[in-house]
Amino acid sequence: MTDLTELTINEAARHLRMGSFSAADLVTAHIERIERLDHHVKAFLRFTPELWEKQADEADRKIKAGEGGPLTGIPMAVKDVLCVRGVETTAGSKILRGFRPPYTGTAVSRLFEAGAVMLGVTNCDEFAMGSSTENSGYFPTHNPWSLDRVPGGSSGGSAAAVAAGEAIFSLGTDTGGSIRQPAALCGVVGMKPTYGRVSRYGLIAFASSLDQIGPFTRSVDDAALVLSVMAGNDPLDATSSDRPGKEVLNNYGGDVKGMRLGVPREYYDVQGVEPGVKAAIDNAIKVLRDQGAEIVDVSLPHTDYGLAVYYIIAPAECSSNLARFDGVRYGMSEVDAPNITEAYMQTRRKGFGPEVRRRVMLGTYALSTGYYDAYYLKAQKVRTLIKRDFDEAFQKCDAVISATSPTVAFPLGAKTQDPISMYLCDVLTLGGNLAGLPGISVPCGTSEDLPVGLQVLGPQWGENLVLRVARAYEQASGVKAEVASIV
Amino acid sequence: MLARLGLEPDEEEFYSEQLSGILKHIDRLQQLDTEAIPPTAQVVQVSNPLREDVPRPGLSQEEALANAPATVNGMFRVPSIQEEA
Repeated sequence: MTDLTELTINEAARHLRMGSFSAADLVTAHIERIERLDHHVKAFLRFTPELWEKQADEADRKIKAGEGGPLTGIPMAVKDVLCVRGVETTAGSKILRGFRPPYTGTAVSRLFEAGAVMLGVTNCDEFAMGSSTENSGYFPTHNPWSLDRVPGGSSGGSAAAVAAGEAIFSLGTDTGGSIRQPAALCGVVGMKPTYGRVSRYGLIAFASSLDQIGPFTRSVDDAALVLSVMAGNDPLDATSSDRPGKEVLNNYGGDVKGMRLGVPREYYDVQGVEPGVKAAIDNAIKVLRDQGAEIVDVSLPHTDYGLAVYYIIAPAECSSNLARFDGVRYGMSEVDAPNITEAYMQTRRKGFGPEVRRRVMLGTYALSTGYYDAYYLKAQKVRTLIKRDFDEAFQKCDAVISATSPTVAFPLGAKTQDPISMYLCDVLTLGGNLAGLPGISVPCGTSEDLPVGLQVLGPQWGENLVLRVARAYEQASGVKAEVASIV
Repeated sequence: MLARLGLEPDEEEFYSEQLSGILKHIDRLQQLDTEAIPPTAQVVQVSNPLREDVPRPGLSQEEALANAPATVNGMFRVPSIQEEA
C-alpha cells in the first residue's frame, strides 16, 4: 500500500482520480501522522477541521463527478501570516492572539477554488522576522531531519510540515529568504516568485516592497503547479502584475542544453560557507554541465552591501507596517490603561517579542528626521546598484546558481544571542528580494547528513527559466525531496 | 518613544548595545559613492493602476468590529485622549 503521506501532488492527484483512495482518506492519513509526530516537530500552531471536513467532502464529490483538477483534494498547510476567513491568524505573534480575519487573502482563495484542502496554520518567526522560527511568539519548530536543529525561517513550520509528511504542500512568504532558506534546511522545494507575481492581498505585511508568497513542495513540478494557480493579476493588490500567471509554466519542462548558468563568485566563496555545502553545490554544477548547460563566471560586486541595505529597508518598512498594532481594532489590548499613550505602550510591550522590537526601533531610527538621507535613502540607492549587478549578470547568463544557505541546519539556540550571525543566514537569498527576482531552492544532497539546497535565481518574470533549471537538475540528479522518518 | 514600544530602562541598555552592532555593520554603505544613483523604492516597474470608481461590498459594521477588544455603541472603545477638565 502506498504511504499516503509521502506523495507529491501529482502522484496523489493521480491516485485520487483512479479511486485508490478518497480525499477524506488522504486527510485522515495526514491528521494521523500529525497526531503521531507533530509534538516532536511542532510545525503547526493550530488546525482547521471545520475547513478540511467540508473541503475534502467537496473534493470527493467533484472527483466522483469527474470535475476534479490537479489540486482537488490535496492537503495543504498555510503559514500564520496569510489571512483565512474565520481562522485565527496571528503572524506568529502574541499581539494578534485571537484575531480571526473577516476575509481570505487572494493566494489562499485561489487554492481553495482549485480544490486544495487546508489542514492548519503553520508556525513562523514573529511577523516573519527571523531565519530559524525561534522568534515565534509561541514555540520553536524543530527540523524533521534532526530534532535538535532549527528548520530555518521564517516559514519554518511550513517547510517542516512538508518535510515531515504532515502536508503535501504548504505556503510560505519570502522577504529575505524566508521560503528558500527553510526549504534548503528541511530538504524540500521552496519557491519565491518575482515581486508582483502573486497578490499580497490578505498577507500580514512585514516589508511591503520585498514580501512575496510562494509554495513548499516535494517536486519542482508541484511548485510550478501551485505557483501557476496563485499567480496573476489581482485588483486588490496594486503592485500585482497584469502579466498572465500561467506564463510561469512556459516551456519549463525543457532541458538545459545550451542554457548559460552563471555562478557568481561572490556567492560561491561567500563568507562562512561550509565545505560540505560547497561540495554539494560543486556536484550540482557538474550535473547541470553534464546536461549541456554552459557554466559561466559572473560577478555581483555589491554582494557585501546587501545585508546592510536589507537591514535598513526591511526594518523601515516593518516599523511603518507594524504601527497598526495598537490594541484598538484587533488582537491583544490594554484598553483599560489610564490613557491612550499608555494603552499603546503596554499593548506593544506585552505583544511584541525581542526581534520585532529590534527591527521596529531600527526602522523608526532609519526613517527619522536627520537620519533619513544617511540611512533609508542611501539604502534605496545601493538597492539600485544591487539590482544593476543582477541586470548585468543576466546579460551573460540565463539564470544564476548558488547555494541557498551557506550552512546546513544549525542547532536550536546557536544564533539567538547574536542578531548579525542570524541575519547572515540570508546573505545568499536577500539579493533576490532586493532585486525582485524569482528564485527557487531544490534539494541537492546532504552535508553531515543534513539537507543542502541549490538556489536558482532568474531575471524578473523568468519563473519558467528558474523552474526549468531546477527541474532539469532534479531529473538528472535523481535527488528528490524525501519525507523524514521521525523517531 | 516614537515607536511606542514601552521599553523598560534595563531593556534600553540591552537593545542599544545590539543595535549599535547592527548600525556598525550598516555603516559600510557610506563607503559607496551614490551621488549619481537614483533610489529604488519599487523594484518592478508598474504605473499607478486605477480602477473604476464604483461602489462595491465592504465589511459590515458588525464584521469590522468583530475582532475589537472593546466596543461601545458600535464603535471601537479607547481610553480617554484628553484629561477631564
